[in-house]
Amino acid sequence: MSFLELNKVTKIYPNGTKAVHETSMNVENGEFMVFVGPSGCGKSTLLRMIAGLEDITEGNINLDGILINKVDPSERDIAMVFQNYALYPHMNVYNNLAYGLKNRGISKEDIEKKVNEAAKLLQISEYLQRKPSMLSGGQRQRVAMGRAIVRSPKIFLFDEPLSNLDAKLRIQMRLEIKKLQQKVGVTSIFVTHDQVEAMTLADRLAVINNGLIEQLGTPIEIYNNPKSMFVAGFIGSPQMNFLEGELKNKTLTSEGFEINNVTSDFNGPVILGIRPEHMSQTDKGLINLSVDLVEQLGSDNLIYGEIKNKKDFCFRCPGSQIIKKGSKLSLNINDNNYYVFDKSNGNRVN
Amino acid sequence: MIRYFSSNFSHLILLIGIFIMIIPVWLIFASSTHTASIINTQGLQFFLGDKFLENYTKVLLYEGGFFKEITALKMFLNSFLMATGVAFLSVISSLMTAYVLVYFRVKYATLLFWIIFITILVPLELRIFPTYSVMSTLNLVNSYWGLIIPISASAIATLFFRQFYKTIPDELLESAKLDGANTWRFFIDFLVPLSKTMIVAMFIFMFVFGYNQYLWPILVTSSEQYWTVVMGLKMMSGSIVNKFAFVIMSMIPPVLIIIVLQKYFIKGIFQDK
Repeated sequence: MSFLELNKVTKIYPNGTKAVHETSMNVENGEFMVFVGPSGCGKSTLLRMIAGLEDITEGNINLDGILINKVDPSERDIAMVFQNYALYPHMNVYNNLAYGLKNRGISKEDIEKKVNEAAKLLQISEYLQRKPSMLSGGQRQRVAMGRAIVRSPKIFLFDEPLSNLDAKLRIQMRLEIKKLQQKVGVTSIFVTHDQVEAMTLADRLAVINNGLIEQLGTPIEIYNNPKSMFVAGFIGSPQMNFLEGELKNKTLTSEGFEINNVTSDFNGPVILGIRPEHMSQTDKGLINLSVDLVEQLGSDNLIYGEIKNKKDFCFRCPGSQIIKKGSKLSLNINDNNYYVFDKSNGNRVN
Repeated sequence: MIRYFSSNFSHLILLIGIFIMIIPVWLIFASSTHTASIINTQGLQFFLGDKFLENYTKVLLYEGGFFKEITALKMFLNSFLMATGVAFLSVISSLMTAYVLVYFRVKYATLLFWIIFITILVPLELRIFPTYSVMSTLNLVNSYWGLIIPISASAIATLFFRQFYKTIPDELLESAKLDGANTWRFFIDFLVPLSKTMIVAMFIFMFVFGYNQYLWPILVTSSEQYWTVVMGLKMMSGSIVNKFAFVIMSMIPPVLIIIVLQKYFIKGIFQDK
């Protein structure tokens, strides 16, 4: 039996909108699970149902062997970090951390000990007497996490907690969250629309689209083996290139080139997916790219160009290679690293 | 240069405004320190006289009414009790009403709120007969509760608290819920401290409103023991200087409450920002 079990969980809002479709999944004790998907895909709703902030229309949620469908959020022993932190503006940092403990009837000495431990862990000890309005974004973020940690809950829920921070701080806090989770070892669920955050934080990843889990697995599994066009396009940066084509008797024809011996019995219109980093330059390659734009990132170059009818085709090469705008490149796909999807439903067929 | 001129100019306008408001009050105050004969023969006085102590002690110990049951001091006590009662009750009831309207899953909460709100269009003067009959059925005529209760439901204060609660982000409630706060705790630990500033403002507003009541106290009290200051202004007999002294004294409590509470009021604004 898993630590957190979702069994055919469904959410239908009173106005008839179906936000989450019969979702089933298990989260193991100590695992860091990430829900990733575009905005409005239902990932936050799913998280809020686990927290008890949204009613469950159908299905069951079990936490630590107990059915929690009807358990009040305050009794689920769950801590949540919100996108805008939701710190208590009228309480100082100490009381922000202590509030949940006070409500649980813990003695003053114990509260003080726990708050100080959490504050030390998050390096906010010197701000304990300040009000949230006197803290910077990163500090507020830490206080929000401290409020979650201090109660030693069964599970941490993070609802896009990094999206209000600037780029540099976001990377730093991402690292800290991961380190902290490993140190504390509490089961965590993290919701984000940022695929880099998802890839770096997750032990396992659930890619959610339109209220359905499209794919569930470790980040690298999902990156290497996307099950659908949506997952393939969502995970990986820059995005995978998609080309229209036709698959017939294991031969794929697309945008002026052919791939033979495709490992698929599918026949019909398909979408070919190639990641920008899965190609390299050769003398007589498969794909002929005329370069429109070069983005130099230092370590890498992102080359955008045109192949036959497809615009903005992206190719990634090491930053040491100098490529000029207007030049023609000949590219090969490395190690048959391409993906073929059924055009009609986006499912992977190779 | 223009800036210097315009700031001076606006100060000038403000000063004129202040003088327009202050001069009548000052005239009454200055006149109240003279003898009645001076006022009767020479009119209002602009400069202070020497009868301050004499006139004011006489007023304070003045026994009014037909049965001489009431003193000015008692009137001040009555007015203070009434105004404080109205302020407390209306702040508490509007706080709670707004809480229910915003946070509870009340059907037609918006409609209910507007029904409460249109009671502004039905002031006490309009519903004076039914209100009196309710008070008399409850045996509250000639009592402090009778003075206080009918005017302690404030639609305006409810409006202010409701609008304020609506600006509080939902995450705060959700976060508090996860931290184990129940309905009552959320109200006491979050909404009350967060609306502290507004509570003080509404308290001042309702205190002055209660203090200034005239028609209702006249109707609901027949015993002279319950006379309030504002009633006393009308009922009081005596020489003109004593009346002037009483007018000046009647202004002190509301002004005092504003001065005392304004300190917290401003402090509240700066802390919560």
